[in-house]
Amino acid sequence: MNIPSELKYTREHEWARVEGNLVVVGITDYAQDELGDIVNVELPDEGEPVRRDEPFGAVESVKASSELFAPVSGKVTEINEPLLDAPETVNEDPYDEGWMIKIEMSDPGELEQLLDAEAYRRYLEEESK
Amino acid sequence: MSPGWPPGWERKLSEPVDSDAGARGLVRPEPLLFERSVPGRRGYSLPEGFGDTAAAGDDIPRGLRRGEPPRLPEVDEPAVVRHFTRLSTWNHGIDLGFYPLGSCTMKYNPRVNERLARLPGFTRLHPYLPEEFCQGALELMYQLERLLCEITGLARFTLQPAAGAHGELTGVKMIRACLRRRGDARRKVLIPDTAHGTNPASSKLAGYDVVEITSGPDGILTPQAVAQVLDEQTAAIMITNPNTLGLFETHIAEIAEMVHRAGGLVYCDGANLNSLLGVARPGDMGIDVLQVNLHKTFSTPHGGGGPGSGPVGVVAELEPFLPVPVVEKSGERFRLDDDRPESIGRMKAFYGNFAVMVRAYAYLREMGAAGLRRATELAVLNANYLRVRLRRVLEVAYPGPCLHEVVFGEKTLQELDITTLDLAKRLLDYGFHPPTIYFPLVVHGALMVEPTETESPETLDEFAETIERIIDEARRDPELVRTAPQRTPIGRLDEVAAARKPVLRHDFSGGE
Amino acid sequence: MPRPTGATLRKNPSRRRQVPTVRYLPHTEQDVRRLLAAIGADDIADLFASIPEKLLLRQPLALPPALDEAGLVAHLDELAGKNRSGVLSFLGAGAHAHHLPAAVDALLQRGEFFTAYTPYQPEVSQGTLQALFEYQTMMSELTGCEVVNASLYDGASAAAEALLMAGRVKRRRRRLLAARSVHPETRATCATYLGDLDLEMQEVGFGPGGTTSVEELERALDDDVAALLLQQPNALGCLEDLPALAEAAHRAGALLIVSVLEPVSLGLLEAPARLGADIVTGEGLGLAGDVSFGGPGLGIFGCSQRQAWQMPGRLVGQACDASGRRGFVLTMASREQHIRRARATSNICSNEGLCALAATIHLALLGPAGLERLARVCAGNAREACRRLEDLPGVERAFADTPFFNEFVLRLPGPAEPVLERLAAAGLVAGLPLGRWYPELADCVLVCVDERHRREDVARLASGLGEEIERAG
Repeated sequence: MNIPSELKYTREHEWARVEGNLVVVGITDYAQDELGDIVNVELPDEGEPVRRDEPFGAVESVKASSELFAPVSGKVTEINEPLLDAPETVNEDPYDEGWMIKIEMSDPGELEQLLDAEAYRRYLEEESK
Repeated sequence: MSPGWPPGWERKLSEPVDSDAGARGLVRPEPLLFERSVPGRRGYSLPEGFGDTAAAGDDIPRGLRRGEPPRLPEVDEPAVVRHFTRLSTWNHGIDLGFYPLGSCTMKYNPRVNERLARLPGFTRLHPYLPEEFCQGALELMYQLERLLCEITGLARFTLQPAAGAHGELTGVKMIRACLRRRGDARRKVLIPDTAHGTNPASSKLAGYDVVEITSGPDGILTPQAVAQVLDEQTAAIMITNPNTLGLFETHIAEIAEMVHRAGGLVYCDGANLNSLLGVARPGDMGIDVLQVNLHKTFSTPHGGGGPGSGPVGVVAELEPFLPVPVVEKSGERFRLDDDRPESIGRMKAFYGNFAVMVRAYAYLREMGAAGLRRATELAVLNANYLRVRLRRVLEVAYPGPCLHEVVFGEKTLQELDITTLDLAKRLLDYGFHPPTIYFPLVVHGALMVEPTETESPETLDEFAETIERIIDEARRDPELVRTAPQRTPIGRLDEVAAARKPVLRHDFSGGE
Repeated sequence: MPRPTGATLRKNPSRRRQVPTVRYLPHTEQDVRRLLAAIGADDIADLFASIPEKLLLRQPLALPPALDEAGLVAHLDELAGKNRSGVLSFLGAGAHAHHLPAAVDALLQRGEFFTAYTPYQPEVSQGTLQALFEYQTMMSELTGCEVVNASLYDGASAAAEALLMAGRVKRRRRRLLAARSVHPETRATCATYLGDLDLEMQEVGFGPGGTTSVEELERALDDDVAALLLQQPNALGCLEDLPALAEAAHRAGALLIVSVLEPVSLGLLEAPARLGADIVTGEGLGLAGDVSFGGPGLGIFGCSQRQAWQMPGRLVGQACDASGRRGFVLTMASREQHIRRARATSNICSNEGLCALAATIHLALLGPAGLERLARVCAGNAREACRRLEDLPGVERAFADTPFFNEFVLRLPGPAEPVLERLAAAGLVAGLPLGRWYPELADCVLVCVDERHRREDVARLASGLGEEIERAG
């Protein structure tokens, strides 16, 4: 399971990459593997507000639909439009080309609540027991 | 496709089709009708009209008039009939064989009801004709309502909803209206984890939040589990009884009482009513609102996905909220009453799926009370027979008798390294429609089997033998099962590609 | 009604009761004994042990005695005979029946079609699936929408679903505008659907020409409006200026939804999506079958490919199997209730599949030339009838300067209802008294003329109406 060390993680299997006051969000390798072939990604509109731990969209396979939860609160500044026509990108490259949204943080303090790579790895091990 | 076919037949059918043009005896391919279109071919027979047909509509401003004609196929009638007849031969149907879909109640669709629904006195009746011209239709609706009330023990029914899910939405909206009238609007609906997906979807559409209740270890709800989530924000509990595991919610009366005491109402999804006809009535269990499915319990055809009909029954307190119009009787006359100020309004235009009601009414008049009771008894008998017949090879999810349907898990299949899906697809090769799979969600890899009462013991035996045979195949040659079906006109389809790059209509430009 | 319950089943095992012979139930007594033995139960009653005794019914249901087939047919014949369905009628008003070619019903009666279930197992449902793919294609052609689903319940609920979809697409806008010229039962259904949700419906009136007022629309539009709902032709039979209304709606960032309750009109009228409709809904009842007292209907629903993931209802898509053979499958199902559950785009499960099949067969028989011809025959008959009726003293066509398809409004010298009542008593249903829908039009009648009407029918209408007006005047 690929868990890049420089990223932060949520218990709902989203990753967060901090770029200044922006946070780039996607789903982890574990999540895309669990979901199987992804056929649809539902993203918010640019400019929409998001709140930490609340759903901002969904990622779907043929037989399942999973909500996506925001790791931090703020405003959506950019969405990865190509994902809407090529959802398989999330399976192929979940941490780079498969990024989903960028959030302008309203409270950088929320970053403390996220898991680091090691903590996420331990969380996955616990979950699989 | 039962065992006992001519020798060699099996081998022929397992050969792959090498091109779309190749027929294999009676198994014929058929392109899209657009691909059979030839400019100039005509399949219609229309009158001349007594006006100026040729110039008709030229007075309509050009901007509102059709620019390009729609690209409908140009074909003659024989080609149309041949096309759709061939398509029909690729379908499974109740008329062809067993269809043990759990909670769908795929019972035989009586032929006489098809004839009766087609009587011109019914088919040609415009819904806005003066009421005195529609007395037969109104009487039928009125009588159907009375029959449903007697069967379910509820006070009144609306026949307006066009399907079960439509009925669920209607019912939950009536609950909401009732609570509003009591001055006690609430926010949540409690739904067990065994519920059909339409239950939470309908609650959401009625403006409620959904709270899930975990079913107990024996597959049914416990009052304790309900008590854990029940509070002053509970508008209703939405239960299915018997539930989707085919088990009677034994604690239903106590649970209903708890919810009532907390100020909420009880909705029952009546999809599984086939297990209770003449035996017990939801109205006696504390249920306030119930939808029934005419296309399940009451034998009307599924039609490849509808039309159905989902009448909703209510206790007296909820009567004012029924959708308008309601059929009333004054003396010997029947009329439509829409002077109901507290009604939730309309769920659709007109009065409901009348042609479906005719079939259900005819079914009830032919079966009678003893016939309905017998149907329920045999439905439950058949399901229990399959339970004991199959438990040698399949994991029964919950021990003990079931009612009209039984749920199996995937444990024995996992041990053979095949999935529930593989088993289902191999059943297709033997001419059986598989049971419902992967539902309810509480059983991993579930197979929900509902034989219904119109299946003979021989059919049940054939089905059980086939399952045993497939299990045996999985032991000897698992790949055979994993690559099933091989004998159907088409194999497993790439559903991932179909969803990622959806092609939802024919592309005339030639790009496929 | 509550009734006494008790332990009847336990005390009255089935073997002692008289068991009815019902032709749909295969089991003989011997069969039952064998199955019970295999289960290890003494009596069928044992199988109901999980039902608390106090809930078991003590007596049989009080239903009318079972009928044999001949008796059943006689009874239903009698009921059908109490309907005067063959009366000469000029009713349309949202239920626009046409002559249905015999080949349609002959095909529908094939058991492979009508006794089939929803095509969840595509390998044994290619008949249904391919037919629905053809349906989606044909309706896409008619409406101009890139994507059309495999049906909803009817035109009214389809319009309501369209408003809900607009609410999803325009997530921060909470108001929906509906033209008053939309069929009142469509509007009522929309109001009911919206009633429990955080969405508000507002009406936009029509002007003296019987069409939606662009000025009033512009006053109502702002950045809180998600969509505008129109009907074409509208409930008064009038043709709306779709391009102008679409432009106004789009300028304000709202979606345009157009409801078509008479799809035959699309043989003559431009596809609404090409005139600016973002979502097209409709009622396919007239194409699919007989009017059958208003149900089942056929809800038509289409939108752009871009918005397809927000659509309600089933969708059939093209797919390939491992050998490269083309087939069809239900697709994008994660939008639906069985997967998304509470987050689904709709709660719909069963739809109107057989009706969609019927419409497909009918449209196949018509072809583009036949659909246009049918539309022109209806329009031509209606224009001839209108001319004839306008000639009657005291009768004029309301909204005379507004184009129509095959339904128009006549203004009578006095209240229309009593006139129509007397005509009905004489076996002639002249149309819908519009005062029922629009109180200010109580002197008007909505008349629909189609291909089934003959010249003599219109002559009868004209003379009957003429006589009644003379009597009243």
